[in-house]
Amino acid sequence: MILSFFDQFMSPTHLGIPLIALALSLPWILIPTPTNRWLNNRLLTLQAWFINRFTQQLMLPINLGGHKWAVLLTALMLLLITLNLLGLLPYTFTPTTQLSLNMGFAVPLWLATVIIGMRNQPTAALGHLLPEGTPVPLIPVLIVIETISLFIRPLALGVRLTANLTAGHLLIQLIATAAFVLLPMMPTVAILTSVVLFLLTLLEVAVAMIQAYVFVLLLSLYLQENV
Amino acid sequence: AVPISQRRLMDVKLGELPNWAASRDFTPNGILSAVRRGHDRFYNKYINVKKGGIGGVAMLLTGYVVLSYIWEYDHIKHDRWRKYH
Repeated sequence: MILSFFDQFMSPTHLGIPLIALALSLPWILIPTPTNRWLNNRLLTLQAWFINRFTQQLMLPINLGGHKWAVLLTALMLLLITLNLLGLLPYTFTPTTQLSLNMGFAVPLWLATVIIGMRNQPTAALGHLLPEGTPVPLIPVLIVIETISLFIRPLALGVRLTANLTAGHLLIQLIATAAFVLLPMMPTVAILTSVVLFLLTLLEVAVAMIQAYVFVLLLSLYLQENV
Repeated sequence: AVPISQRRLMDVKLGELPNWAASRDFTPNGILSAVRRGHDRFYNKYINVKKGGIGGVAMLLTGYVVLSYIWEYDHIKHDRWRKYH
């Protein structure tokens, strides 16, 4: 019984191709490339508007050196949002529930921000380890604490995304099972559970979008400190 | 007569279908170009129109759900009407 609730997070293989390959290729299909025309179709126009607004908002607090990261961060945001939202469709597989994928996103990007900071402005980057105005006796302890917090960032980024999505999917499956099983016995309770399920699905849609946004936002924050 | 690999699919007789399938290009490049052609046909017919609605994307997503179900069928069929999960 315990195993079957986590089965949704295993990517089954059919004809030798795992489902995760199909799930990962879908964002490419759903986000078409803009053409050279002046007026594109509605999907492209909406998409272009969204991308431009998002990039503008994201790059507001970052000074010029960080603007090289604009394309990367926006592309990452688009990918995460598409992957998360598509995972809410029935029978689909969400690649972002796999810790390996999220760590694969988090660790290289975080490491890049740290290395950029250390190379371009080592004093300022090291200076972030000690907040201003700390009392002198506290300095050694605080440096250790800040170093730990620095190194835990990629872990937190990856695990945050994984945990939020996995928990959401699990909850949906559990409550759906409960509503389904209760239906013949106590219809009223089943209806209440269905209402909870509906609200939960709305929450999951929100969480899917928010988590992608938070991931990219935090990365941009780390970049801002270091660039 | 025109060789079988150069005829349109609607002109291939039913009995010649295995021969037609054997004459198709199954190299990676061939498969890639077939996918690209299929995608272009779908995209230009349903999405790349001036007043496209939700229908084009909805068809794509429904196809994705159906494909996912086919992928997961072997895995899910055990969950059907088990007494104890």
